[in-house]
Amino acid sequence: MAGLSANTSLLRTMLTGFIRDEVHKVGLKKVVLGLSGGIDSALVVFVAAEALGPENVHAICMPYKSSNPESEEHALLVAQACGVNFTVVPITPMVDAYFEMFPDAENMRRGNKMARERMTILFDHSALLSALVLGTSNKTELLLGYGTLYGDMASALNPIGDLYKTQIWQLSEAMSVPQAVIEKKPSADLWAGQTDEEELGFSYRQVDELLYRMVDQRMNRQELIAQGFDADFVDVIYHKVQNSHFKRRMPVIAKVSLRTIDRDFRYARDWGK
Amino acid sequence: MDFKAVLAQIKPKLGCIADNLALIEERIQDAIDAKADLVIFPELALTGYFLKDLVPEVARRLDSPEILRLVELSRKISIAVGFVEVTDDYRFFNSALYLENGRILHLHRKVYLPTYGLFDEQRYLARGEHFRAFNTKFGRMGMLICEDMWHLSASYILAMDGATTLLCLSSSPGRGVEGESLGSARAWQQLTSTTALFLNCRVLYCNRVGYEDGINFWGGSEYVAPSGESIVRAKLLEEDCTEAMVDEGALRRERIFSPMLRDENLFVTMQELRRIENERGL
Repeated sequence: MAGLSANTSLLRTMLTGFIRDEVHKVGLKKVVLGLSGGIDSALVVFVAAEALGPENVHAICMPYKSSNPESEEHALLVAQACGVNFTVVPITPMVDAYFEMFPDAENMRRGNKMARERMTILFDHSALLSALVLGTSNKTELLLGYGTLYGDMASALNPIGDLYKTQIWQLSEAMSVPQAVIEKKPSADLWAGQTDEEELGFSYRQVDELLYRMVDQRMNRQELIAQGFDADFVDVIYHKVQNSHFKRRMPVIAKVSLRTIDRDFRYARDWGK
Repeated sequence: MDFKAVLAQIKPKLGCIADNLALIEERIQDAIDAKADLVIFPELALTGYFLKDLVPEVARRLDSPEILRLVELSRKISIAVGFVEVTDDYRFFNSALYLENGRILHLHRKVYLPTYGLFDEQRYLARGEHFRAFNTKFGRMGMLICEDMWHLSASYILAMDGATTLLCLSSSPGRGVEGESLGSARAWQQLTSTTALFLNCRVLYCNRVGYEDGINFWGGSEYVAPSGESIVRAKLLEEDCTEAMVDEGALRRERIFSPMLRDENLFVTMQELRRIENERGL
């Protein structure tokens, strides 16, 4: 599908320009981000290193005791490949201290807590280093709501939020992200052996083909079915997008005045920049 | 006559009039130093693009100090520049000025305010109601602001009004990464080339660069000859200053070679448009 096949050299120019411009215009030089060992954060590290110089990029690996040890190895591999600053801040003590109070918490609560723990570390380092936090959520997971609100979804700037997973793979190849990271199965890495595609119940390539037509090309249900997509699959994905929309919006404010933030008090974030 | 135009592909700061005026003055001085005759700036060069509720704050009257300063500078070089205009009755327009010899030669108010997709202009701005050609030192010109050019009638009217040079001031966001080149750049290049070709006019297109809230402006300002050929093109996505040597001979030769505009039948066009108008009950 031509639409999902991106012009990687153009993307590279647009995304490095984006990071450079948006970081410099707020008077900063540096960025900080979580480097999980997965492909999304690896790609963002590569783009950021090219945009700002590797010395201005701080990658933090934040493993939990159940994280696959391979993840930290891959994170280090990526950091070394592009020469960025690299530190490891394990989150096990903080997360375990909390769940000692709630020992019955299920996986989802634990996963969310871990994601939010990492967020607090990144924003603390944002203040420590005078660095903006880069987000690493791609368009596929943002649309499906496959992320933790105020956790991995939190950032100051997200260079890859308009790239489908399929395009993440393409750009990662073009930017020479280590093959081991490109080729492994995407995983939230909350427990050993977890994979995104198993948990979601479909492959990224399948869902990207559908989302591209549904979202970018605005095909309606009949058109999608005529394109060969299973009606149930179309409906399931449509509802996932709909039901996760709250994650992509600001908190809802009860309107009482004449000018309510984000309703009739409207300014670009780059106001004055 | 031949003249040298500079396409000042700048990166304005959102809502920062003083900074942008300083930047514009700097580029004007550079153009004067380069012995250019005309310097063209992008749409909303004085203010930035995604202004939203900033519109009333950054709007300027035609007799404001900033505009008077630019008018004054036009004693040394002709200037085309975009800004937000406020009128005495407090309407706000996405406007462009053509300044020459220390006076305002022409004011164009953007007619087609895009309000779809990522655009929201009509929420904040009033709509202009004229397309008028005007005489300059360098021949008769017409001004368009960005979306205006996507309406065939706009360029057509200006050409029928005698414009041989179309200036298009633009803040075009870059999008579409599927093809060999940026989607919006490709679309615009087709548009400027086709417009020049159909109307035997030259097109001077000035687009801005920079990012606002993650949205890039792609630049690629260009001079398109009346043959539709792109003669010079500025860099993509980077600040640039491109000199265009505008050749009167190329216009003359093209109009002899392909006299479509000479043969254009205004009577037929008007008759049919009036019929359509009547049938639509307008």
